[in-house]
Amino acid sequence: MTDYNFAYLDEQTKRMIRRAILKGLAIPGYQVPFASREMPMPYGWGTGGVQVSAAVMTASDVFKVIDQGADDTTNAVSIRRFFERTAGVETTEATSDATVIQTRHRIPEEPLTDDQILVYQVPIPEPLRFLEPSEVETRKMHALEEYGLMHVKLYEDISAHGAIATAYAYPVEVEGRYVMDPSPIPKFDNPKLSMAAIQLFGAGREQRIYALPPYTRVVSLGFDDYPFEASKAEHACALCGATDSYLDELIVDDAGTRMFMCSDTDYCQSRRAAGHVGAQGTPFKEDAA
Amino acid sequence: MSPLLQVDGLSKFYGQRIGCAEVSFDLYPGEVMGIVGESGSGKSTLLNCMAGHLPPDAGRVMFDTRADGMRDTVTMSEPERRMLGRTDWAFVHQHARDGLRMNVSAGGNVGERLMAVGARHYGDIRAQAIDWLGRVEIAEDRIDDRPRQFSGGMQQRLQIARNLVTGPRLVFMDEPTGGLDVSVQARLLDLLRGLVREMGLSAIIVTHDLAVVRLLADRLMVMKDGHVVETGLTDQVLDDPQHAYSQLLVSSVLQV
Repeated sequence: MTDYNFAYLDEQTKRMIRRAILKGLAIPGYQVPFASREMPMPYGWGTGGVQVSAAVMTASDVFKVIDQGADDTTNAVSIRRFFERTAGVETTEATSDATVIQTRHRIPEEPLTDDQILVYQVPIPEPLRFLEPSEVETRKMHALEEYGLMHVKLYEDISAHGAIATAYAYPVEVEGRYVMDPSPIPKFDNPKLSMAAIQLFGAGREQRIYALPPYTRVVSLGFDDYPFEASKAEHACALCGATDSYLDELIVDDAGTRMFMCSDTDYCQSRRAAGHVGAQGTPFKEDAA
Repeated sequence: MSPLLQVDGLSKFYGQRIGCAEVSFDLYPGEVMGIVGESGSGKSTLLNCMAGHLPPDAGRVMFDTRADGMRDTVTMSEPERRMLGRTDWAFVHQHARDGLRMNVSAGGNVGERLMAVGARHYGDIRAQAIDWLGRVEIAEDRIDDRPRQFSGGMQQRLQIARNLVTGPRLVFMDEPTGGLDVSVQARLLDLLRGLVREMGLSAIIVTHDLAVVRLLADRLMVMKDGHVVETGLTDQVLDDPQHAYSQLLVSSVLQV
């Protein structure tokens, strides 16, 4: 591997990103500006996550990429191959084997441990953005802890839908201080944000990095009479029978028949390998795919 | 009785030009002060300096805070000043669009200040929003409509409800009836007069409409080229103006 520096970015850039990451870890939930680089992929395809992954990656790391929970989508496959080529690191689809996991819009079902790093791809890091368009003003609001506006959004949800209808990118308060956008993960994943692994959030186009150190106290916002509720489809996975995992809904024929299955493909496969079978599942065979 | 607001030598310059110069007055609880003058006389600059929207170049704006008594709002820290701005102070803009969130429902607009000071019970917030919409004569079934679906007069009334919901003690108003037709203006003035009396509000109203101050204001300040040229009781100034400019202003009103 001589054509690229290890993990594509030059060492100066990686140091710059690591400084932003350290600052982010020191001030949990605070959005640290950083000099985001052009990456060989378009904005919105995970350039922020890729830069953070590149900055934390070492030659002995084992890398996993998921896109909406799946290891086998275009985005996940191409980012995994990008680091296979530019860093020569080992890659895996097994959550427990990975040391660095880059994710788009999901947290793996399997609990992460304190020797793992979870890297999120973030499209819009500012939770107040759609309520207050001015960046100058939102930064001032963060600085002065003026977060009444965030509840206005939730109020609007309840008045329009009778319940807090925000189902993803559900705002959280970090360590009683900063309000943070947890990236567009389903709100089902919000309770998992207090975890053992380091969580890093990279927004490439918006040039922001923020972070959650292990075991950070993360509280999802809500009203006293309409508290936060994690939600998922009220079904079991059709393939592995799991009732505790976040489900994708598939329409499988022209009559509109629905099928629900785990969005976390690794979780589903390992359950099937362990002998669990759902209503429409077939017994798992190695190499069947 | 001690004053609620003491303005002392307030000046603001735009480079070489004068915004307002050496303005001093006291405002007592429950008192309504009108500031009149032609366009460019510095009345909006003065209002924005007092309300903390513009940093003045000289002078003090002392406000009788609930916690610490008289404090200079010019030198207090920004978080404190912004806190005042959403609790004890209210600011009614000339254009309702400047004072409202146009993509948030009427209820959300009224509830924002409550949530900003820590209200976290949806039912309570909504009940207060309904109460306030009623007080400004907006039907309860419009609570989930957005302000853009409201008429100009309704938007202005909504802005007033949004400002008064936290029970402020001092209201700054910048041409609150500007751009409204006369019958709507009359209703709005009636409403404002009722609220000011009922809540014992102090208010500073900037306007170029002498009829508005005649109805609302106890005292009047006439401004010209950034300077206060005449002050006094409203009726006194309007019926017997002393300064040449005040005389011109009063005699310029069209008689119907």
